[in-house]
Amino acid sequence: MLAYLIRRLFAAAVMLVVIVMVVFCIFFLVPKWAGVDIATSFVGKQADPAAVEAVRQKLGLGDPIYAQVWEFFKGIFVGRTYSGGGDVTQCSAPCFGYSFRSEQAVWPVLTDRFPVTLGLALGAAVLWLILGVAAGVLSALKRGSFWDRGAMVVALAGVSLPIYFTGMLSLAIFVFGLKLFDGQYVPLEESFTGWFGGMILPWITLAFLYAAMYARITRATMLEILGEDYIRTARAKGLKEQTVIGKHAMRSTMTPILTMLGMDLGALIGGAILTETTFSLPGLGQAVLNGIKTQDLPIILGVTLITSVAVLVANLVVDVLYAVIDPRVRLS
Amino acid sequence: MTAPLHEPTAEAAPSAAEEAALISADAKAVQGRSLGRIAWERLKRDKLALTGGIVVLLLIAVALLAPVITNLVGQDPDAYHEDLIDPLFGTPTGSLGGISGDHLLGVEPVNGRDIFARILYGARISLLVGFLSAIVAVILGTILGVLAGFFGGWVDSAISRVMDGLLAFPQLLFIIALVSVMPNELLGLTGTGVRVFVMILVIGFFGWPYIGRVVRGQTLSLREREYVEAARSLGAGRLYILFKELLPNLVAPIIVYTTMMIPTNILTEAALSFLGVGVKPPTSSWGQMLSGALDYYDSDPMYMVVPGVAIFITVLAFNLFGDGVRDALDPKGSR
Repeated sequence: MLAYLIRRLFAAAVMLVVIVMVVFCIFFLVPKWAGVDIATSFVGKQADPAAVEAVRQKLGLGDPIYAQVWEFFKGIFVGRTYSGGGDVTQCSAPCFGYSFRSEQAVWPVLTDRFPVTLGLALGAAVLWLILGVAAGVLSALKRGSFWDRGAMVVALAGVSLPIYFTGMLSLAIFVFGLKLFDGQYVPLEESFTGWFGGMILPWITLAFLYAAMYARITRATMLEILGEDYIRTARAKGLKEQTVIGKHAMRSTMTPILTMLGMDLGALIGGAILTETTFSLPGLGQAVLNGIKTQDLPIILGVTLITSVAVLVANLVVDVLYAVIDPRVRLS
Repeated sequence: MTAPLHEPTAEAAPSAAEEAALISADAKAVQGRSLGRIAWERLKRDKLALTGGIVVLLLIAVALLAPVITNLVGQDPDAYHEDLIDPLFGTPTGSLGGISGDHLLGVEPVNGRDIFARILYGARISLLVGFLSAIVAVILGTILGVLAGFFGGWVDSAISRVMDGLLAFPQLLFIIALVSVMPNELLGLTGTGVRVFVMILVIGFFGWPYIGRVVRGQTLSLREREYVEAARSLGAGRLYILFKELLPNLVAPIIVYTTMMIPTNILTEAALSFLGVGVKPPTSSWGQMLSGALDYYDSDPMYMVVPGVAIFITVLAFNLFGDGVRDALDPKGSR
């Protein structure tokens, strides 16, 4: 088990380095081909060459890519000192650099926005797991029934609707039409009920999409497993149907669901870009979208790194749970 | 051969009779039917899938004929109709977002462009990106998947690592990042052309591991089958085995994954345009219309409903058709 964990951790760390390098390349090499100078875009088009040169030196933009990646990683763990033209800025660890646009440090921006996205992702995940898995299992057990058909029609509609459209519809109906919620994000520290009221529509909208996906997958997996020999054996032994389904069939059904959950939750914690844009939630997704639109590399790097860590951690947790559920995994 | 056995039951009940007739008909015809024929016969019986398929064909026709249809109703997607806009609120003056005989689906807020015409032109972008990015993914996925499965060894481990890595990537984030840093001129294309081209490549690139994984798995298992062994022992070369023995058997899973990938790609394109990194105005796209509608969801809800429903119908039709194709090509499914 320990060897398995170490192997997974090592793979995750490698993946992280690769992701940061890829992001660096996207934002440094592509503008270079296109003939855009990052230092110029930082200072502004009309700036004098001396100022541009100072920025380039201070941010180390003239260094080779690998040196810049190294400085970036070093900054996260031990902090970083920017100096150029007699102008020195000390950025203490964890240093993710400064925004090109607002000149704020990136780390506080990340820590401010992380709880919003985390709350959104976790709340929605609880909802969609309960709804999706329950609907899928019921549909599989009552295959061909009215319930099964109804649930699958709703699920198919759910996966065919873009989340920003369902989000806007729910805003129009519940916030503008029925005035049930006021549709404003309120930080959790200020008021729990305000936060809850502001989050409930994003939760339901997000959960609807994922519950639809999970219901379809759960149903398909459950149906396949119900046809397996060991289920027939369990029934032949005279086990109660409850035990056959609840203990034997559910265990195998949960493995693919768990994989999906790990990936989806990881990706969402790193920024539910579409949901946050639709409901104007000040989360990581909104931050990265703004960063991309204004070519604010440090913000993008910071959020990408957090997203990647979230995806990797979620996958790691899933891998460990996998090994607990299915001992064969540990050996392969 | 089993047909006579079923004849007595044919009188029992109408439904049973039908079933028996079907079974006996199938049993008689079993010899010499190709996979494609079996699949087509199953698909013909699946009403939902057929409906989806017909809607898809209609959508393709509408997209191809967009200029003709808009001419026919006398509308131009880029023409402003500011006389139909309330100058105070910027919303259309007529009821239901300005729906009228001239403007079948109403007009946009502020500038009053005809929504019907813009929806038709938006269909072109959606379908173009949806189809072509799926093709990019299929080509990459098939080539790399077959290479990994067929050659094994270090080729397999290298390709598999890349696939795992891409699947674990925060994809939407990278697609947005890549599309947004692309320059406005590329390979002789400008503006919308570059955007569409880049979207097709990037969406296709992030889609190939899904097909690659399936193709690799299939190739791995097919490679060890007796008939491949037989071909090999008869002295068939690697290329012969690859193209004559393996690829024909990979067609079914590839078709299934392609049809299932198109709706996802259409949704991704819409999402990119919604976020403002996809197609740039004045070219119209459904996602972009929805992004404009976000500011008017309370005062002009029709502006949001029309493109939303357009996306919904398109994706639903592809999903229904894709599910039908999957069931029809599934060797385990009942005939």
